[in-house]
Amino acid sequence: MLEADDFVKGLQDIGFDFFTGVPDTILGGIIAHLTEERIYTPAVREDEAVAMAAGAYFGGKVPAVLMQNSGLGNALNVLESLNLIYQIPCLLLVSWRGFEGKDAPEHLVMGETMTTLLDTIKIPHRTLTAETMTEDLQWTAKTFMEQRIPVALLLKKGIVKTVQP
Amino acid sequence: MIGPEEGVMQSRAQAMAAIFELLTDQPLIVCNGFPSREACKLRDRDQNFYMIGSMGATAGIGLGLALAQPEKTVVVFDGDGNVLMSLGTLATIGALQPKNLIHVVFDNEVYGTTGNQPTYSRMVGLDKVARAAGYMNVERVWEKEDIVYEFKAMLADSGPSFLLIKVNEQLEEADRIALAPQELTKRFKQSVS
Repeated sequence: MLEADDFVKGLQDIGFDFFTGVPDTILGGIIAHLTEERIYTPAVREDEAVAMAAGAYFGGKVPAVLMQNSGLGNALNVLESLNLIYQIPCLLLVSWRGFEGKDAPEHLVMGETMTTLLDTIKIPHRTLTAETMTEDLQWTAKTFMEQRIPVALLLKKGIVKTVQP
Repeated sequence: MIGPEEGVMQSRAQAMAAIFELLTDQPLIVCNGFPSREACKLRDRDQNFYMIGSMGATAGIGLGLALAQPEKTVVVFDGDGNVLMSLGTLATIGALQPKNLIHVVFDNEVYGTTGNQPTYSRMVGLDKVARAAGYMNVERVWEKEDIVYEFKAMLADSGPSFLLIKVNEQLEEADRIALAPQELTKRFKQSVS
């Protein structure tokens, strides 16, 4: 299991300096650390977070958006009709609720279909593991810089230490 | 509040033109649909970002830019339909209090680009919502003199500011944006960062 501060430092080391999003329990530790560092700006919806990230990118920032995978549904239109056609990149840190069907019912359909959905709309994605964090982050930075579109890093339960609700 | 008779209300393009007279190098985000096409026709500038899709995202983009560039005044040209689609963003702006954000809403009370279907802004005063959400300066105006007076004040004061301009339904004949979206991104990013 990764420590939240190590993971955040890894993101900062490759340039990410603007963080926004909507919380999920899997992301709780990361958000707590970002908040402590005063570099996290909460949004009220995931599409708003993606829009804020686009504005920050225009202003010279390298943005990341945190969300539960249910939020991908909320963000879909902005990703498709803003980011993908205008070539506005951002990192999507998406928690993988419903992975292998082991979660509450509301997460099961998205949990099963998320990677297909990302493939369909041509958003590159990769699943973070503790052993490959450095490579995962390098792949993220490279894809972000070369393709200038949103790139998703998927976080399963237990990958980064979180806070108890 | 009582405005002028509907027959003498300005068009959105007339109201936009009054604000363009007051802009210098401020970055401007324009919402999708006819507002972007009208703004492009009236005063195309490198600091204009035209949305062609992503309805509802206008103020969010402006907010992100305002946070990233706190020394620049960021102006947003929005519509009532766009604001209603993302009312939550008014709360985000009210909570974060970006001093350098001016949110202008051209309120024609219809979805004008798709055939003038009515919006709820006739019944729900968006200026009241913005005030309740915590915008620092909130004004509702109809006439050109008031647009100029209030917008000048908002340029000088600390925001976030919300200028609701009641306009008629008239559309300005304007072509689709000629620049490709990715070219707009390059041009806009270069001009503001």
